[in-house]
Amino acid sequence: MTLGDIGVPVVPEPSGGPDLVQLLTPEGERVDHPDYPLDISAEEVRALYRDLALVRRLDVEATALQRQGELGIWASLLGQEAAQIGSGRALRPGDMAFPSYREHGVAWCKGVQPHELLSLYRGNDFGGWNPVERNLALYSIVIGAQTLHATGYAMGMQRDGGEDAVIAYFGDGASSQGDVNEAFVWASVFNAPVVFFCQNNQWAISEPIEKQSRIPLYQRARGFGFPGVRVDGNDVLACLAVTRAALDAARTGQGPTLVEAFTYRMGAHTTSDDPTRYRLASELEIWRLRDPIERVKAYLSRSGQADTGFFDSVEEEGVELAAQVRKACVDMPDPDPLEIFTEVYAEQTPQLTAQRELYAAYLDSFEEAHH
Amino acid sequence: MATYTLAKALNDGLRAAMDADPKVLVMGEDVGKLGGVFRVTDGLQKDFGEDRVIDTPLAESGIIGTAIGLAMRGYRPVCEIQFDGFVYPAFDQIVSQLAKMHYRSRGNVSLPVTIRIPFGGGIGAVEHHSESPEAYFAHTAGLKVVACSNPADGYHMIQQAVASDDPIVFLEPKRRYWEKAEFDHVDVPDPLHQARIVRPGTDLTIVAYGPMVKVGMDAATAAQEDGRDLEVIDLRSLSPLDSDTVLESVRRTGRLVVVHEAPVTLGLGAELAARITEQAFYSLEAPVLRVGGFDTPYPPSRLEEDFLPDLDRVLDAVDRSLAF
Repeated sequence: MTLGDIGVPVVPEPSGGPDLVQLLTPEGERVDHPDYPLDISAEEVRALYRDLALVRRLDVEATALQRQGELGIWASLLGQEAAQIGSGRALRPGDMAFPSYREHGVAWCKGVQPHELLSLYRGNDFGGWNPVERNLALYSIVIGAQTLHATGYAMGMQRDGGEDAVIAYFGDGASSQGDVNEAFVWASVFNAPVVFFCQNNQWAISEPIEKQSRIPLYQRARGFGFPGVRVDGNDVLACLAVTRAALDAARTGQGPTLVEAFTYRMGAHTTSDDPTRYRLASELEIWRLRDPIERVKAYLSRSGQADTGFFDSVEEEGVELAAQVRKACVDMPDPDPLEIFTEVYAEQTPQLTAQRELYAAYLDSFEEAHH
Repeated sequence: MATYTLAKALNDGLRAAMDADPKVLVMGEDVGKLGGVFRVTDGLQKDFGEDRVIDTPLAESGIIGTAIGLAMRGYRPVCEIQFDGFVYPAFDQIVSQLAKMHYRSRGNVSLPVTIRIPFGGGIGAVEHHSESPEAYFAHTAGLKVVACSNPADGYHMIQQAVASDDPIVFLEPKRRYWEKAEFDHVDVPDPLHQARIVRPGTDLTIVAYGPMVKVGMDAATAAQEDGRDLEVIDLRSLSPLDSDTVLESVRRTGRLVVVHEAPVTLGLGAELAARITEQAFYSLEAPVLRVGGFDTPYPPSRLEEDFLPDLDRVLDAVDRSLAF
């Protein structure tokens, strides 16, 4: 694009434009890209398909659990499976990921268990996994705040030496946040080993991408002094290859990369949202044709790398997973009231200890009244 | 025993903390080559290198946000916010991110981050350079807040803060940076979160912290000439608040005057008044009185002497309390 016509906001092309990196077309045709060669076995593609299908099944079950009152809210990843599985599977065990709040696919790749994932949305805790064990930070609800943590963490890795890298997840809305822009500045001037993975799902609740940016988001990286690339966010192979390359650049001292995964939020923002108030059903229909899972299925079938038996077995596994997710959710015990007071500090303060004791005694007074 | 300014004592303390633990980092605007606008970090970058004493981009949220990431990775960042009034761009990172991470992660992630803030007025500065934001942070669960008032405390408390596994807002009274006092580096320090009776007395208790401790002491000296024996407590820790030391004092004196530069409404004085009233009601001979800044924005510097509590305003409150 030229900046001569700066007065005209750029309306994004639904196709993602000519710079879009794609290795698997919406029709399931495998294509090559000169900058992102991908040598991948049939078994690996089948594994990616399994990830995509299962994480969608998990997501569908969680939405159902919310509708039945078992979860307070759920932020669906529907439509963004490829962006999350592709980037998530590009990570090595030592790599640290900083998610936003919709990265259930990344959490899946990091081995987070269903009850650990759902407990936040059930209102039991703020995320059930141990960030240190999983190398996955807790979800960040404040938009964009985690990108600074990711950058600082990467600066720590830089000081420690080694070849680990960090990935920071955020969305198109977050790209307007000061913290995200500060993270870009920091990562750039300190050459921090971090990949900024922006899932541009076209919508920040009701606000379309035009409300966030006049230029394609990946082009912003140039102004900060590092490369930006737009990848087909519904193409799991391209997301894998592009993220892997960006992580490798980070590992080898080449600093940050901004990856814009061009995708679409096929569901509502959360279970509390009603997208019919602000977008047309026809838009959703266009994106349905670019479904991230269907194209892998088409590719695997057509190339003879998977048969119906394989797809049936994944389907069955999905049914089992859904049952497991449901059970993990409804079996979750309510937290003890006195947990309110735990782990506020590494070293608890005397006043908090006193408050805890007072409240415990208050609760006990009801117990006694019952007897 | 030697004589040090507060700025030099803090510098020595930071140096000792960096010597003691290679994970300790210093980061902020102008903290490296320049040594900080108040020279508190003078010479540290020369001795510890640019990887440990980091001149950051000029963005406060970025300073705290990246410090959080560094702490998650096992580092102990000491962040300098150049002036009190510049901390607000980092407010989310401090109160929603830094303060809550230990709680949110159920103790799996500790964030030993120290945020040094030169605070308070009295130096004739332009706006946003003279504020007292302590109540915001003392109100926030998950943070600890301390204020030093003299070189010895500056030297010891900064090391204790850096060694703490909890995030600490460390307030430095900027108008006292160049005041000197004798102290010995090998003295055994008091616990970080303990108030100190800096002048024992029997007639009335003055509680102050940071820059106001000196004003409280001056008031006690002046009152002595009128035959009044005032006790002065340096609060030192604002969160957790060592109200036990204050309670014990008020039970003896029966009178309390709290002095701070911050506006009185919902300030530390309000909290102390509530606690003392709850726990020492029958010991009180007079209502708890507060001497502080007015409920106005910090005024232009030619009016700051009217805004800031001084010897006479403290003595006026002492008179009112004793007249009860």
